[in-house]
Amino acid sequence: MAETATREFLHNLHDLPQTVKDSCFRLGKAPESEREESQATFHNLFLHIHSVRVHVRTLKPTLTFGLGLMATASFLITIITGVLLMVYYKPSTDLAYQSIKDIHFTVSTGRFIRNIHRWSAQLMVLVVLLHMARVFFTASYKKPREFNWLIGLALLVLTLALSFTGYLLPWDQLAYWAITIGSNIANSPRELTDAIGITRFFDPGGFQKRLLLGANYVGQDALIRFYVLHVFVLPLALVTLLGVHFWRIRKDGGLAKPEDPPGGLAEWGGEKRPVFQPLATKTYGLMALVKGKRAPVNRGPENTVMSWPHLFWAELSVFMVTVAVTLILAFYSDAPLKELANAAIPENPAKAPWYFLGLQELVSYSAFMGGMLIPMIVLVGLALIPFLDRRPGGEGTWFGTSHERSVFWQSIFFACAVTVGMLAFTVNYGWLRNWFPNIHQLWIIAINPGSLFVLIFAAWSIFILKRKDSVRLSAVSLFTCFLVGFTLLTYFATVHRGPNWHFYWWPSQWPVH
Amino acid sequence: MSRLDPPHVSRRSFLSLVSLGSFFAALGTAAAGIFRLPNPAVLPGPVRRFKLGPPEQFSAGSETAFAEQNLVLFRDDEGFYAISSTCTHLGCTVARSKDGFACPCHGSRFNSKGSVVGGPAPRPLPWLEVSRSANGDLVVNADNEVPEGTRYRV
Ligand code: HEM
Ligand code: FES
Repeated sequence: MAETATREFLHNLHDLPQTVKDSCFRLGKAPESEREESQATFHNLFLHIHSVRVHVRTLKPTLTFGLGLMATASFLITIITGVLLMVYYKPSTDLAYQSIKDIHFTVSTGRFIRNIHRWSAQLMVLVVLLHMARVFFTASYKKPREFNWLIGLALLVLTLALSFTGYLLPWDQLAYWAITIGSNIANSPRELTDAIGITRFFDPGGFQKRLLLGANYVGQDALIRFYVLHVFVLPLALVTLLGVHFWRIRKDGGLAKPEDPPGGLAEWGGEKRPVFQPLATKTYGLMALVKGKRAPVNRGPENTVMSWPHLFWAELSVFMVTVAVTLILAFYSDAPLKELANAAIPENPAKAPWYFLGLQELVSYSAFMGGMLIPMIVLVGLALIPFLDRRPGGEGTWFGTSHERSVFWQSIFFACAVTVGMLAFTVNYGWLRNWFPNIHQLWIIAINPGSLFVLIFAAWSIFILKRKDSVRLSAVSLFTCFLVGFTLLTYFATVHRGPNWHFYWWPSQWPVH
Repeated sequence: MSRLDPPHVSRRSFLSLVSLGSFFAALGTAAAGIFRLPNPAVLPGPVRRFKLGPPEQFSAGSETAFAEQNLVLFRDDEGFYAISSTCTHLGCTVARSKDGFACPCHGSRFNSKGSVVGGPAPRPLPWLEVSRSANGDLVVNADNEVPEGTRYRV
């Protein structure tokens, strides 16, 4: 008896490496048949959010440019590096600055990790914006993807909120003044309530600011609130919504793509493949029970390919590219760290991070209009797109319906002319307050370059609606104007605004102080 | 079916409606409670009453900037007055310019009495209450605004 148990034990010991490996990898080897490839996909928690087969069209790099994935990748990078930074960072007004300094100058690899965190966060903002633009211009928000567009917008807001809250944590001059300005933007409904004299009874601005800062000024309470939001609340919310985002992509039938021509052959990559037709008489498996048409495993040649390995290679390469880009940026360029926060002397100019600079330009006309109302209008406008433009057509194709490309270029031209003209006018002639020093604040809130942008762009899109008789084209014109306005204002405030928010052709002309 | 003959609601579905209602009421109350907590009941913060020293220290026609306290103290023939140097736009600290104050953040400009002459600031720079402490030092209460033109005579 004892003898056999010992044997069994030794035998198990001998097999240990193999049995451990088998228990981890259910297949135990690289999949060889399509059946095994599909098992490789749905037997793995992380891979099984993918369908087993994907349509070749959606694999084409120029459909998505991998932008959504790049956003995911840079988010993962910020999570990993963020946890590392938490090891040394201390969220207290006395210690925060010093701990960042330690990370930057003393901790081994600290500076590099900090740079990676900064850069991937910035990359994430950029890439999320581009991803939204690609979803828009490929009309991928149309039925049944309206809901996922909304989830996407929530993700955009969370991404911006994450970077805003992260901005305060170093507790340097840049951080302190950017957050002072930011929290006073939250306070800016007061501009309106003051102007009509109801602040004493109804003060949403003050409420928002107190909620954000826990005080009337940026101090310890603000720092700890921002810290909690930045390292816990917002990432958790983002991960949750990201799960919903991915899940909806599956349930909406994969990425948006044009209908295959009925019957016959479709050409893919120089190859003619028979088009898959779901049969009315066939019962499809659970995996196929989603909106849209989905191919089951192991059917003959058709216009889908196995996710393993085709999709996974593509995803892996996007991840690698993202990592490479952040590493290179982080290697060559250091995250800024100014002097310790000083409540007496603001930075001059005190600039927000680049993606908020367009807003800062608008805020420099009216805090309430530029900082609250216009962002609100833009968000609501974006959210309404899939519900107002409901006619199918063009899904999954860049500029897929007729005239889209020409409306796009016309709108670029129009929006550039309007934005440059308005900025040039404001820089040269000033605005209402300069001409009528005693004008009532309500006029300034209502009529300023920011609100005029919104009005003119809206008028342009209504003009397109009437002239081209198409809701989609009208949406294209408005969205393009928004993109152009955002880009130009951001550029303008980054390059041409100097000390005292004066206009300069180049930063090299700023007066030294 | 007329109004006199309402659809029959079974006891069971009535009870489940009521319990569902109480569930959502509880949820709403909990949510309200959750959002009450972060709304500070007491605003923490330093006392913003500043002792600036004996009045004799400031000659008539003088102006003295107090950077830490974010205010500028003036003395003219009529008396003392203090103007806050926190911009009414978005809270940056304004600097003294040739003919008044200029804000570095979005270019608001004020004249030397604090009135807005340009830029996005919605209100003039506040005039602050000036008084004296028991030992005779000038005291500025930065939390109390006074109407423009108010002077404190010693
Ligand atoms: C944290 C930010 C975001 C992440 C990580 C993310 C990630 C992704 C990924 C990986 C995809 C798969 C396709 C692709 O790579 O393009 C996708 C698709 C999609 N995203 Fe996002 N996304 C984000 C934000 C947004 C935003 C801001 C919007 C729009 C307002 C949006 C709307 C959509 C829609 C509608 C689809 C389906 C597209 C289709 O069916 O072709 N997402 N997203
Ligand atoms: S804070 Fe002074 S102009 Fe904006």
